[in-house]
Amino acid sequence: MRPIVLLPLFAFNDGTVIAFPLQGFTTQWFAALLDTPALHQATVNSLIIAMSTAVFATILGLFAARAATRYGFPGKGGIVGFIMLPLVLPEVIVAISLLIVLMQLGLNSGTWAIIAGHTLICTPFAIAILQGSFSNMDRSLEEAAVDLGETAWSTFRLITLPLVSPGIIASLLICFTISLDEFIIAFFLSGNEPTLPVYLWGQLRFPARLPVVMALGTILVILSVLLLVIAETFRRRGLKRAGLKDTGGFL
Amino acid sequence: MSQKTPIVTLTGVQKYYGDYHALRGITANIGQGEFFSLLGPSGCGKTTLLRAIAGFEDISQGQILLDGRDMEGVPPNRRPTNMVFQSYAIFPHMSVSENVGFGLRKSGLSAADKRRAVGEALEMVGLGQYGGRAAHALSGGQRQRVALARALIMKPKVLLLDEPLSALDKKMREVMQVELIRLQREVGITFILVTHDQEEALVMSDRIAVMFEGEIAQLDDPETLYRRPKSRRVAEFIGMMNFLPAEVLGTTGTSTEVEVAGLGRATLEAGQCPNGTQSGTGEIGVRPESLTVLFEGQTAEGGREAAGTVREVVYYGDMTYYDILLDGAPAPVRVSMRNMPGRRVLDFGARARLAWDPRAMVLFG
Repeated sequence: MRPIVLLPLFAFNDGTVIAFPLQGFTTQWFAALLDTPALHQATVNSLIIAMSTAVFATILGLFAARAATRYGFPGKGGIVGFIMLPLVLPEVIVAISLLIVLMQLGLNSGTWAIIAGHTLICTPFAIAILQGSFSNMDRSLEEAAVDLGETAWSTFRLITLPLVSPGIIASLLICFTISLDEFIIAFFLSGNEPTLPVYLWGQLRFPARLPVVMALGTILVILSVLLLVIAETFRRRGLKRAGLKDTGGFL
Repeated sequence: MSQKTPIVTLTGVQKYYGDYHALRGITANIGQGEFFSLLGPSGCGKTTLLRAIAGFEDISQGQILLDGRDMEGVPPNRRPTNMVFQSYAIFPHMSVSENVGFGLRKSGLSAADKRRAVGEALEMVGLGQYGGRAAHALSGGQRQRVALARALIMKPKVLLLDEPLSALDKKMREVMQVELIRLQREVGITFILVTHDQEEALVMSDRIAVMFEGEIAQLDDPETLYRRPKSRRVAEFIGMMNFLPAEVLGTTGTSTEVEVAGLGRATLEAGQCPNGTQSGTGEIGVRPESLTVLFEGQTAEGGREAAGTVREVVYYGDMTYYDILLDGAPAPVRVSMRNMPGRRVLDFGARARLAWDPRAMVLFG
């Protein structure tokens, strides 16, 4: 945690050298962020990618989690394990594999390729979160709704969705955060449209830009922590609403 | 009861889960307005059968008719049944009123009519004031009532209850038993109850189907089931029964003459010999309350008296249970006696005399 504490310290330090003693207080590095068009483009790219990833990964996670908790089918363990694999695979491997696949198919890398890559690594997280929501839910709730005249779809809409919605929101926020912070896959697949982390890394070559990077990093850290806290809040609220005891979260 | 028009007709219902044969040919008629129970140990298929009637399980073979209509391929939302789930399945994100009125969503009733129906249903289960409560703020007994109201508001032809009282404590269970009987009489709907609690089934049902390993072992009204069990297994499952070895001496007409170890000679009628045993050896079943300890000065009617030694005394306040080893019997029999003023409880090891009645006996082959 210590390096993260140093981040805001030097972001407000009046000096280009990242070293103690501190020189004085300034907000000029944050101001400098505002008039860097390349940074703005990278931010927009990152936001598009993070939002798309969050939506895709959560939808896929929703289907997979429902299938894994409600139905038994042959090879279920293997299939679920296979989907969860990117969770433990080094990201470099995932990134290189994706790049090879893209090249083999003769496709260009770019924003959509990063979205695909990020969806791949975020889906396991979405499944893990949503599986918790589904298995906390009493199966007979859905049966009761069907028994009272609802169809499979209206049961999903009226019963299942409201009860797992805290999990869905948590999943969206976490996938968004992961995608926003992700560097390796974005670096391999970004082409000439860098994401925020890739842009940041590029700036590290210029020592004079370091304090600006620190300022940007500070904002990102605050944003990430904020999103995670919101996600966990929603998860806990969902448990409370379903009248269940907290069985340990991911935070 | 069986002469009532059947509302549920089960014909040779079979269910396989892979290799596991869960239901092995269930055939039964359940009458209009009947309180019918499926009773058996866990894993006997009673819940599977209930879920098959509700439409949550497909059956592998056989036929289920509800109100004369074949239910093959009819999904649960289009069957004239409603279910009270073991977990009650109260929707946690809705209020009590929203839960109870859930099934009326597609009924086409006006908002005012729906409100009135919900109010009436809640009134019926004694929760008139609870409509606005959040569902998760209810106690177990209240959840049970909400689940009942939610199912009964649909006016089903058949109400299915899956172990509805098993999650309640003993006192609440007894209250709800009486409540369920009252409700059933009031609404006149056929109730099918699944339970593993034999006492619960005896208290509430018009008829009981005792199930073992996917088959109905006996289907009778509670009294017949208790007094004339058709097999030793049913006898052991329903209440307590003593078993004494017996030798069949012969038959004359419809009656059978047996020599019971420890008790003596008895003549049994055809109804007391469910296995139709005519010769050889068998076992006599006799309930603890059908044997009577004779105190000083008392004599048995018709001289049917036996003697033995008290091997165990269990004092319950209102009752005393004695285990008495009869002279000539291989194992002690349990005798239950009501405690009365001026009557001394027998001591351990004391000699005791018993009176017995051949009409209370059942012969198993």
